[in-house]
Amino acid sequence: MAHIDRRPGIRPRQSIGRRLDVAARTSFPASITILLMLLTQAPLDIPEQAALLPAVALCSVWFWSVFRPDAMPPPVVFLIGVLVDLLGYLPLGVMAFTLLAEHGLALTMRRGLSRCGFAWIWLVFAGVAAAAALVIWLLVMVLTLRLLSPYPAMFIGVVTVAIFPVLAVPFAGAHRSVANPDHA
Amino acid sequence: MIRLSIQARQALARLTLPVLIVASFGVMLLGKADTLLAERARIALADGLVPIYAVLSSPLAGIHATITETATLWSMREENTRLRDENEKLRRWQSIALALDAENQRLKASMQWIPDPNASFVTARVVADAGGAYAKAVLLSVGPNHGVRKGEIAVDERGLIGRITEVGARTARVLLITDLNSRIPVIMETTRAHAILVGTNGSRPRLQYWPEGIVPKEGERIVTSAEANAFPANLPIGTVHYTASGAPEVEPAALLQKLEVVRIFDYGLNGVVAPERPTPGRH
Repeated sequence: MAHIDRRPGIRPRQSIGRRLDVAARTSFPASITILLMLLTQAPLDIPEQAALLPAVALCSVWFWSVFRPDAMPPPVVFLIGVLVDLLGYLPLGVMAFTLLAEHGLALTMRRGLSRCGFAWIWLVFAGVAAAAALVIWLLVMVLTLRLLSPYPAMFIGVVTVAIFPVLAVPFAGAHRSVANPDHA
Repeated sequence: MIRLSIQARQALARLTLPVLIVASFGVMLLGKADTLLAERARIALADGLVPIYAVLSSPLAGIHATITETATLWSMREENTRLRDENEKLRRWQSIALALDAENQRLKASMQWIPDPNASFVTARVVADAGGAYAKAVLLSVGPNHGVRKGEIAVDERGLIGRITEVGARTARVLLITDLNSRIPVIMETTRAHAILVGTNGSRPRLQYWPEGIVPKEGERIVTSAEANAFPANLPIGTVHYTASGAPEVEPAALLQKLEVVRIFDYGLNGVVAPERPTPGRH
């Protein structure tokens, strides 16, 4: 529990219950991301539902990498990426790479972003989503050795930007309450 | 936990991201080198998830039905008159079809026609969209002791939807005719000319390689061809429709966007093996 050691002050005893609580709160971002991803694969009968899976992953990794990178470490991002590749029938590694790149970008920008309002975060994310769509399109083409239409990837980008507020608002609530290890 | 100095721990933390990015390239190479591995992982994942989706699908379908029902209540009167007209028209067609069928049987009997073998089929529920941004497919729940095999033909109540490409312990994946990797030998119904139906990942597959001197007509019906022994002859696929740029496409007869229940036919065909590798990059 490195993040606890760094803080001074009086703390309750490290009982098993408390440790479990902290662990649950720390693993909340990863678990909710994977759960939402599985939900997008359910038979919801939404047209073009396939775009939802990469979109949810991109939004969630961005949000938690900016606001709580401790709970969204690179190995978890990698795992989520491989899961998207498998579930979304993309060539293996495409989303793993895209999400890791997004995570790295979020880490370098998070100091600046944490001072900005929601509109700015969304705007920057729109740029990131556009870049991610480009990367997905290029990587799929390279890995399949075929010229493919850019529209499915562009559509992923648009859906990603569109659903970001829908996910970010409840995530922000969770970030302050359920997912906060300091509340344990 | 191994005790490390703070510097070592920080250095390790900084290294994870670059190492994992390299690993993601490694995974790409692995996916290219061993396509069977990815396929197995996918179908194993699907096998694990399908029971959950199967449980979810009935309440979700209920919600969906309620929504559509409320929507249709508004247009019930017009719908009713439209259906009455259509019913009348269909009844006329039915009598024509029955007369033609009887005539066909008589002619076949007088020609000593070798009857087509009867195909056995199983019916399965579509539990999830198994496609992605660059793949069009659906996942069927087929139960533990199914006899479904690769290459069998999936049909809904209106027409051909695709072929089985992956089979797991309790799931089967159907590559739709709209997928980029789908190639189907077809016949145009009026001219009996052969052609190939090529999936584009769009909603309408494209018609290609028809013989010189023949032009596919707008609205013409397209059926499967028995050539190459991959499909039985005369399964309905759809109708020809020209795009604005003048390329002939086929509007699928099957409701590919709203597949619920699918029949899987075993015609005992083993001509062309079903596409081995259904995700993009698979030729």
